[in-house]
Amino acid sequence: MPKDNYADSTKAAASHDASKASLPHCPKRVTIISGHFGSGKTNIAVNYAMHLCKAGYKTALADLDTVNPYFRAKDSENELTSAGVRVVSVNFANTNADIPSVPAEIYSLLRSKDEYAVLDVGGDDMGAYVLGGMAQLVKNENSFEHFFVVNFCRPLTPTAEEAAEYMKEIELACKIPFTGIINNSNLGEETTPETVLVTAEKAALLEKMTGKRIVMTTAETGVAAQIKDENIFPLELQKKYW
Amino acid sequence: MSEKVLMKGNEAIAEAAIRAGCRHYFGYPITPQTELAAYMAKRMPKIGGVFLQAESEIAAINMVYGVSSAGKRVMTSSSSPGISLKQEGISYMAGADLPGLIVNVQRGGPGLGGIQPSQSDYFQATKGGGHGDYHLIVLTPASVQEMADLTSLAFDLSDKYRVPAMLLADGTLGQMMEPVMLPEPQTEFPEKPWALTGTKMQRKHNIVNSLYLSPEELERTNIERFERYEKIKANEARYESFMTEDAEICVVAFGIAARISKNAVIAARKEGIKAGLIRPITVWPFPEKPIAELSHRVKGFISVELSMGQMTEDIQLAQHCLRPTMLCSRAGGIIPSPDEVLGAIRKMQGGNQS
Repeated sequence: MPKDNYADSTKAAASHDASKASLPHCPKRVTIISGHFGSGKTNIAVNYAMHLCKAGYKTALADLDTVNPYFRAKDSENELTSAGVRVVSVNFANTNADIPSVPAEIYSLLRSKDEYAVLDVGGDDMGAYVLGGMAQLVKNENSFEHFFVVNFCRPLTPTAEEAAEYMKEIELACKIPFTGIINNSNLGEETTPETVLVTAEKAALLEKMTGKRIVMTTAETGVAAQIKDENIFPLELQKKYW
Repeated sequence: MSEKVLMKGNEAIAEAAIRAGCRHYFGYPITPQTELAAYMAKRMPKIGGVFLQAESEIAAINMVYGVSSAGKRVMTSSSSPGISLKQEGISYMAGADLPGLIVNVQRGGPGLGGIQPSQSDYFQATKGGGHGDYHLIVLTPASVQEMADLTSLAFDLSDKYRVPAMLLADGTLGQMMEPVMLPEPQTEFPEKPWALTGTKMQRKHNIVNSLYLSPEELERTNIERFERYEKIKANEARYESFMTEDAEICVVAFGIAARISKNAVIAARKEGIKAGLIRPITVWPFPEKPIAELSHRVKGFISVELSMGQMTEDIQLAQHCLRPTMLCSRAGGIIPSPDEVLGAIRKMQGGNQS
C-alpha cells in the first residue's frame, strides 16, 4: 500500500473542513466502533458518520454486525444517505435471511483511501471476530481508531473491571488494539444528566486500568444539552414507534 | 443491585430467572432469543449454576424434564421453530405434572419463516401445542420490565399449580433495550414433596411419569388436571385495562402489539373517538371476564395481532360473539403501525355511524 496515496487523499478529504473544530477529536481515516452488545455502538457509529460528513469529510459507514439482525445501522439508511453518508452493509441486512456474511465492498473501503470509514461492528468478541480478517489491512493504515463503547448501566459491565474484561476479549478476537474509550452510559429514555455524570469516575478508572483514553462521552441530544461539558457528543437516536 | 439497569428483553428474562432461583438452563441457539442463552453462558458458571447447550431443542426440553423431576427450578428458551421441536417434551412435562419455564421469543412462520417479530404461535401456546389434553400457563410481557417480572411470576405459578409455564414474547421485545428494576433474589421456594430427591429410606419412593396404560387411571389424571386448570382460570387471568371506563370501541392486544395499540387509542381519543384497550397479560388463562363485561357496552372489539388473526377467536368466544371482532394485523415479521390501528378504530367508529 503506497503511503503517499493515503497522505494525498487525507489532504483532499480534509481540505473542505468547514466545522472540523466541533469534532470531539481529530478524526482518523478508519474508525472502528466495538463493544459489549447493547452498549450503543450502532447509534454512535451512525451519529459519528453523519458528524464526519457534516464536517466536510467524505464518509462511508460499514455495517459489519453479523451477530444481531435487529436494530442495526441499515435501519437508519435513509437518514444516513440524506446526510451524505454512503452505507455499506451486510448483503442480507434487514431481509429475512439470517446469514452472517461480510460485504466484499468492505475491503475496497479499507484499501482505497478516498473516503473516511466508520465501521459498526457486532457485539462482544463474537461480533469482533469479523474484524480479524481485516486486522492487517486496518493496522497497515497509519490512521485508524478503534473505540470501545461502554455503558456502565448495562448489567454485565457495571464496573471498570468488568468492562476491561470485555475489552480484552474483543481485542483478542479481532487482533486490533483499542485506541480509545467512548463512555455511553445511559438508561434509555430514563437517562438524566446525573445518569451520565455519576459514571465519570468509573470511566476514569477504566482509562487508568487500560491506558486507553476516554475520547468522548455521549448522550442523547436532549440530555447532552443539559450537561455542561465540551467533550459531550450528542446523539440523535434511532426512531421507534412502540 | 437495586438500581435500574439498561437491559435487552432477552437478558432481563435470563437475569430474572437466575434471581427466581433457576440454576439450570438448557437451550439451543436461535435468532432472535440468542442473547438469553449467551447471558446464561456468561452468568451460570459464576454462580454455581448449569448452562448447557444441548445437541438439539429436543434434547434440551428433555433435560428440563429431568431437572424438574428432581424438584429444581429449570428453564429453556427458543424461538418459534425451536419451540415446535420441543412440543413432545412439553406434552410429557404436562402429562407428568412438572413445572418449568419455556420461553418463546417468537419469529415469523410457519416453517423456518423469518427472523423478525411475530405473535403467530398464539394457538400453539394457548391451546396445548403438543399432543393430548393440556394447557400451559402463558404470560405475555409488553416491556423489558415485564420480561423480568413475568419470568419470576411464571416460575411461581408453575410451581404452585405443577403446570409448565410459557413466557410468550416476540423478537422485538427480546431485542429492545429499556431500563429495568430487577427483582430481589428469591430465597424461599415452595416444598416439592413429589420430587425425585432420594427416599433416604424414610419415605415411599416418588414416581414422575406420563405413561398410564390403564385408561381409567389416565382419565382420572386428566380430570384431576382439568380441575387444577379451572382453579387457574378462576384465579390467574391477568390483564391491564386502559381507558375502557367509557370506551365504545375496545382494542385487544398483547405484547408489542399492545404498545402500538396504546398509542393508537391515545390518538383516537384526541379525535374524540372513545377507544380503550384491554391488554391480556396472560393469554392462557385468557382474560374472558373483562371482555364479556365490556361486550355489553362497546360497539365492537379490534384484535391487533402480529399474525393472520388467532387471538380473535378467543375474543369472540369470551363474549359469545355478542359484538363484532375486527382484525387489524400484519404477518411475516411486520409490526402494524399506530396509524394502521388508528385506521381500524376509525373504520369501526364510522361503520356504526352510517
